[in-house]
Formats: sequence, structure tokens, C-alpha cells
Amino acid sequence: MVPSRGSRWAREIRFLLGDPLLFIVVFFVLASLIVFILYPLVRVVATSFETPKGFGFTVFLEVLKSKYLLQGFWNSIMMSTLTAIGGSFIGYLFAYTLSRTDIPFKKLFHVIAIIPVVSPPFIGAMSIIMLFGNNGLITYSLLGINNYPIYGFRGLLFAQMITFFPIAYITLRGVLESISPTLEDAALDLGGSRWQVFRKVTLPLSIPGIASAMLVLFIETMADFGNPLILAGSQFPILSVQAYLQITGMFDLPTGSALAILLLVPSVTAYILQKYWVSRKQYITITGKPTTSVIKSVHPMAKWILFGLCLSVALLVLLVYLTILWGAFANVWGTDNTLTLKHFQYVFGVGFRAVLDTLTISGISTPLSGILGMVVAFLVVRKQFPGKHFMEFTSMLSFAVPGTVIGIGYILAFNSPPLVLTGTLAILLLNFIYRYIPVGIQSGIAILRQIDPAIEEAAIDLGADAKKTFFRVTLPLMVPAFFSGLIFAFVRAMTAISAAIFLVSSHWNLMTVQIMSQVESGRLGAASAFSVILVGLILLAIFVIRGILLYRYGRLGGKLLNI
Amino acid sequence: MGVKLVNITKVFPDPHHPGREVVAVRKVSIDVKEGEFVTFLGPSGCGKTTTLRIISGFEYPTEGEVWISGKLVNNDPPNKRDTSMVFQSYAIFPHLSVSQNIGFGLELKGLPKETIRAETERIMSVMNLTNLANRRPDQLSGGQQQRVALARAIINKPSVLLFDEPLSNLDAKLREQMRLEIRKIQRTFGITSIYVTHDQGEAMTVSDRIVVMNEGNIMQIGTPFEIYSRPLNRFVADFIGRVNFFEGTVTTVKEQGISVRFTHGVERDVDSCSRDFRPGEQVLVVVRPESLKLFSKGSDSKSTGSTVNKDSEGVSSKTGQAFLEGRIDKVVYLGSVCEYEIETGSEKPVLAVTHNPIEEGFFQPGDFVGIDFTPISAHALPQNG
Repeated sequence: MVPSRGSRWAREIRFLLGDPLLFIVVFFVLASLIVFILYPLVRVVATSFETPKGFGFTVFLEVLKSKYLLQGFWNSIMMSTLTAIGGSFIGYLFAYTLSRTDIPFKKLFHVIAIIPVVSPPFIGAMSIIMLFGNNGLITYSLLGINNYPIYGFRGLLFAQMITFFPIAYITLRGVLESISPTLEDAALDLGGSRWQVFRKVTLPLSIPGIASAMLVLFIETMADFGNPLILAGSQFPILSVQAYLQITGMFDLPTGSALAILLLVPSVTAYILQKYWVSRKQYITITGKPTTSVIKSVHPMAKWILFGLCLSVALLVLLVYLTILWGAFANVWGTDNTLTLKHFQYVFGVGFRAVLDTLTISGISTPLSGILGMVVAFLVVRKQFPGKHFMEFTSMLSFAVPGTVIGIGYILAFNSPPLVLTGTLAILLLNFIYRYIPVGIQSGIAILRQIDPAIEEAAIDLGADAKKTFFRVTLPLMVPAFFSGLIFAFVRAMTAISAAIFLVSSHWNLMTVQIMSQVESGRLGAASAFSVILVGLILLAIFVIRGILLYRYGRLGGKLLNI
Repeated sequence: MGVKLVNITKVFPDPHHPGREVVAVRKVSIDVKEGEFVTFLGPSGCGKTTTLRIISGFEYPTEGEVWISGKLVNNDPPNKRDTSMVFQSYAIFPHLSVSQNIGFGLELKGLPKETIRAETERIMSVMNLTNLANRRPDQLSGGQQQRVALARAIINKPSVLLFDEPLSNLDAKLREQMRLEIRKIQRTFGITSIYVTHDQGEAMTVSDRIVVMNEGNIMQIGTPFEIYSRPLNRFVADFIGRVNFFEGTVTTVKEQGISVRFTHGVERDVDSCSRDFRPGEQVLVVVRPESLKLFSKGSDSKSTGSTVNKDSEGVSSKTGQAFLEGRIDKVVYLGSVCEYEIETGSEKPVLAVTHNPIEEGFFQPGDFVGIDFTPISAHALPQNG
């Protein structure tokens, strides 16, 4: 036996060479991550330094000199910060109320809070225009106000909070449910008042979770493209929209790239903070046997106040979605609200290509993305090899990189040899696969951490080799996680807009892009009908996958899909 | 045949100090005979589990040789070694039924379905699992899971059965029952077994021989009797059971044992020694609490109720004087035995245990007692060993 006192690298490389299958898989995964995630980003950076006289800072200097472009940067930062704070507050309110009180209609509240997660992110903005815009239901039809100034800061902030608070809710609900209720019982038992228990125990224990939720919301809002495109207006420029307009409107690739960099830096900073700092500070308070506790840490008065607050938020969310539903059937929104099916006729006629394209692209890309995600998760959790941290970081990077940046990166990277993909199905598929692998990786890592390594060791011990262990034991145990990851990836693919809008062509189009162009040309009815169909398809897919899992895995499958 | 370890050393990178290394196992050698049941016993972090994982192939030794059934297996992966492991967490495949779990190893060997079924049924009936055949693992109790794990391991007819603290997740009563069952099954099948535990009761019950480990080193290899009554060093004496240490100097070396003058002046014979001593050497004499005899010397509190029958019980002293005298400080009445802490003026109280208290009677706190022991129950260690 060779004493393995050499460097870890040497040892890992030797190990990798001794396992050809592992070597090949690691090699191809790393290579594809470099080509389809890193390379486009490198091209964005390179292009932003491009000047007529070669490499230089000219483009950035121009951007910094332009009051309009700089304003977009600050607006984006401000909007994201406020959404992070406000959205997390509402999310915490919901999470706390639903996990710590026994208010009625909990299940219904939960479903309402989840709706925005499974629908296109720009529905909030559309609905707000339909409610408060020029022909708005509330402003014009009810109050008779003409030209209510909904475009800009106020309207956008409202839309972003409605759109993104559910993400905070999901995160924080997990955090609150992982705080053992016995801690609150103990604090009450030691003589704390209910308010003291909340302030001194519950809240401090949820601080890391809140920080994490705020950073995620910041990243999501920075990256969001749909809502600002519809609602921001020219008075309140937003960075992601400006970058898009630079490229598609003015064909100014260097300036667009420079704006993309400005967009990228705060997002990646927030991501790194979240991943390497905040997530390390989470408390683990449930150990050993699960504890059941009767909910008693909330005063009845406080309970009904919380109920009232949640109810008003839930009603707002419902209003937003019912507006879209009504809009899809209304003849001319705001002026002639008689019901009609003509918008749906349009979607199933002229617009049906986009529906089929969207389904094709999402249907092909999400399983591929899911499998790749599982493979990466398996490698990262269970194997030792050089470049492991690089693989984990790069594959998760897509989560932090705003779609706009990735979209620009793809048109820069794959518009010229060796890989000419612009306008093809391939570019959309590749983009979706690599953009949504973090979803698969996250659920894969989560389940693998739950699978005791001893279970795989037991298989090896009984005589199975690496391949048999993976296919007979590990993979069957990962399947439920694979499917639940698949649902989220599918939802994201179906509702994607920010990167895809750069990559669609006359051959391959997407429903989301269609909806945007309908909104821009003022055809709110058609846009609403498209949105209703889109949400309907997503719900259908969720029910089908969920059904398969429930059928195949019984209670376990259902639990994993608790969304 | 069996298992032979030759100078096994395992070095890990230190997880807390990157760049530094930790020696988990240092020059461990042992020869486990075929059919023998050997237990590795030691505090957590002593290297016992690492040693077991080196035998199973989940860790490779940094240095040294692993021989299984006369074959050098250093470079064989776990699936190529003729060993089966019972895991601490049982590691039952959650997606397979009980019978599928048990038959998994045979299935991997590609045996015909009929053989697998027959063999699985046979093992299940031996292990009392027949009526659980179609259960899912999450519908099993801890003891049942334990039996499934054991059945899954022995169905492969391995040359060596490995146990990694298999009973630590069970409650006390079940643990005592299962360790007898494990021993019985191991005897029935005659499989060489290596068992890791930190529970000495478990080790004493199941083992032919015990290997006591500490900080990566083997401290002693011996039968349960040798480990308990004839420890080689202070660590083993202290780690196994409870113990009294008395310091002294060797005065004469006799044909059988030695005579020792203890630090408080009294001289006594000690029959057993961990090695040969010369007169004048400093020794540490080990006497187990149950080997100490107590006799009454009166009371300061006029104890009520219980008394001790005679003040001469089991006393044998050349001078007629007790080895030590002291005052009972604490009494723990456990029913079958009675435990005492006795204040004798030295740093640590003396521990003593008397049996059958209902007949023999027992002392009360405050009672003055004489303490003594017989030469055969005393064992001498070198003082700096």
C-alpha cells in the first residue's frame, strides 16, 4: 500500500484515474458547465471592455457619464432593497401566522401564497395596469380617474412585493417550522410573556432565515425583467430593461454588456453573502425525536390581528389573479366588459405555435436539466475529485446570474463559430438546461444528505460495484426528489422571460414573450388569455407529476411534493 | 484463517486544522482466529470504528496489511471482500421490503430466483422474521430492523461478520436481549466476527476476546476475564468497570505474586502481577469494589434498623489489623447489591460493593468500617504504566 501522505490533489487525481466512469462523467460535466455557464459570462465581461481602439474602459466611462443609465442602476438597487425588506416582512407575517397560530383557512392561505410562485412573474404588473392603469377597473371604471400615474416607482414596488413575497414565505415557513416549539414552551414556562417569547426566542432564531430570504428576494428583484418592462415606464428606468433596450433597440452590444455587468455584480455579491455567510448561521434546534406542541404562544387578540393582515394580503393576491382571469374573457378591458371567448380563439389560432414551442422547449429541457442536476448533486455530495468546489459553485451560479446577463452572454457566445446556435431550438434548450440545474441540484443535494451513506456502503459491502450501487440503491431513492425538482424547473422554464427574450426567433417563440408583446401593444385581453392558458398548463403538469409520484411512492411522494 | 491485521496505521487530514494530520489508528496488529468473536472496545475516537472500516474496505490503511482468510486484501474494495457488515444505523434499504433487503446480496451474485427465495425464507425463519417478509423498513421497530440487518449480512455466508456498534440505537432492555441473540446466531453459523462497541457490558457478554483501544493504540488484548481482572495498565483497569487503586512498594518477590508495603504502612500479599517486579519497585494495586470486604467498627450515629451480622466477615489480616479503616459516606441500595463510598482520608473515596444485602445486611452513612481484600483478588501494575 502506498502511503498516501502526498498532496490531496495528487491522491484525488490518482483515485479519479482509477475509476474511468467517474473520470468521464466528471470531465464532461465540468466541460459543459464551462462552455454553457462560464464562457457566456466571460464574453459579456470581454464585450463590455471592447472599444473601437481595442481593450479599454471607454464603455464603462460612457455609462457612468450617462445620468439616465446610472439612474437605472440606483433605481434597481433601491427597488430590490425595498422589495427584499417588504417582501420578507409579508413573507414572515404569513409564515409565522400559518406555522404558529390555529387561524381558520390555513390551507387556503397557503395555496394563495403559492400561486405567484407557479405563475409568470409579470402577471402582477399586468394586473396592476388592468386595475389602476388608463383603462383601469378601479381607477377609471370605479373612481373615474383618468391617467392615474401607476407607472413608475409605486406600481412597480407593489407588483414586485406581490410577486416575490411567496418566495420569502416558503423560505421562512421552513425556518419557523424547524424552530422547535419546545423552545417557545420553555420560554413561556420560565415566565416570559408571549411578546417576550416572540422577541427573545422566536425572532432571534429566525434572523438568519430572514436575512437569507431578503438576499434571495434582492437577487430575484434585481434580475426581474417582466414587471419593470411593463410597469417601470420611462420616468423610472430599471437596469435589466435598459440592458435589453441597448441590445435589441440600439444594437449596442458593448453598452448592453456593461449594464449587464452592473446588474451582475450586486446579484452575485448578494448570492455569495447568502451562500457562504448567512446560510452558515442557521440554527438547528430540532434534534432527536420530533416534538409536537399545542400552539399556544400567540395571544388570541394577536392571532386575529395576524389573521386580518394575512387576509388582506391574500385578498390582494386573489384580486390580481381574478383580474387576469376576467381580463381573459372580457371583450375590451375597461370599456366593454362583456364576456367573450375571442381571446382564447386567438391564442388557439394565431398564438398556438408559441404554446407548442413553449411546451416543447420546457418538456425537453426540464428532464435533461433534472438529470444533470442529480448527477452534479451526487458527485458533489458523495465523491471526491479535483474541481469539486468549482463544479458546485459554477452549477449553482445560474441562480445568482440575472437572466438578462445570461441572455446577452448567449447571443454573444453562440452567434459566431465554433458554436453558431442563434435562432435555433438548441440555444433555447441549452439555456434552459443550464439555467435551471440549480433547482435539480438543490433537491438532489437535500435528499442525498438525508440518505445515510451507510445505505450505499451496505450495498457495496454486499457485493455491489459503484454502478450497481448507484442504479439499484441511490437512484431509486433519489427519484422522488428528482420529480419534485422537475416541477420547479418546469414552472421556471414555462415562465422564463428575461434570458429567453434575447434568444427567441421567428422559428422558436415562447408564450411569455408573446404575452409581453401583447401587453406592449395594448392587447390586454390576448395577454390575459395567454397567461390563463400558461398557468393552466403549469397546474396540469404539477397534478400529473404529483399523481405519478403519489401512485408510485405513496405517502413519501406526496410529502416530497408539498408545495 | 480468520482475519489478520499487521501494523495497521491510518492517518487522516485534520478536519479542524487544514494541512495537519490526525493518526486515527497506530500500528495495530491482531490475529483473529476462525470462528472467534473479537470485540474492539474503547471510548469514542479511540480508532475502533476506523479499524473496522479498514477491515471492511471502506477505508484504506495508510500503512500495514489486512489479511482475510489467508489472502492479502489491502487493495480490494469492500464489494470484493468476503465480509458483511451490520451497520450502526442498520442501513436498511428504505425502498425495498424486508425479504428484498435480506435477499439483496444473493441477487447481486446473480443466483436463480428460486434459490434466493428459499435461502431468504430459511434465514427469516431462523431470525424470526417470516411474518415481516413483506413489510417496509419504516414499519419495523428498532429490534426488528436490527434483525433484518443481521439477516442480510449472514445470508451471504461471509468469512467475516463485522458489527459497528449495532445495538447503540436500541433501548437498554432490548440491547441486553439482542446481544445474547447475536452471540447465539454467531455460534450457530460459526462465522468469525469482529464487533465494535463502547459498551463494556456488551463486550463482556459477546466476546471470546476483547481488544481495548485508546487514542489509536491497542491497550490490551485478552479474554473478558483477563481484561477485567488482570488488566495490563492503568487505562484498561480504569476504563473497564469501577476500580480502586492503592499505591505501594514491592518488598519481597514470592513464587506466586509479591508482597507490597502500601503508602499508609500496611503490608499485604498480591497474587497477580501485570509483569515481573523487583523489590523496591513502585506499584499500583488494583482491587475491584466487589472484592473488598467490609466489617463493622462501630458507628457515630447509632444506626437504626439494619445491621451487619458479624464484624469478622471475610477478614483475613496477618496483623489482625484492617487494611484500611474509614467512614461510610454514601450508600446506594440497588436491590441485588449495595454500593458504598467510603471516606478513608485519602484523595478519592474507596468504592465497595456488597452482595445479597437482604441477608448480609448493609451499612448506613456514618458507620465506621474496616476494609480488606484477599491476595487472589488483587492485581499489581507498574505505577507509571
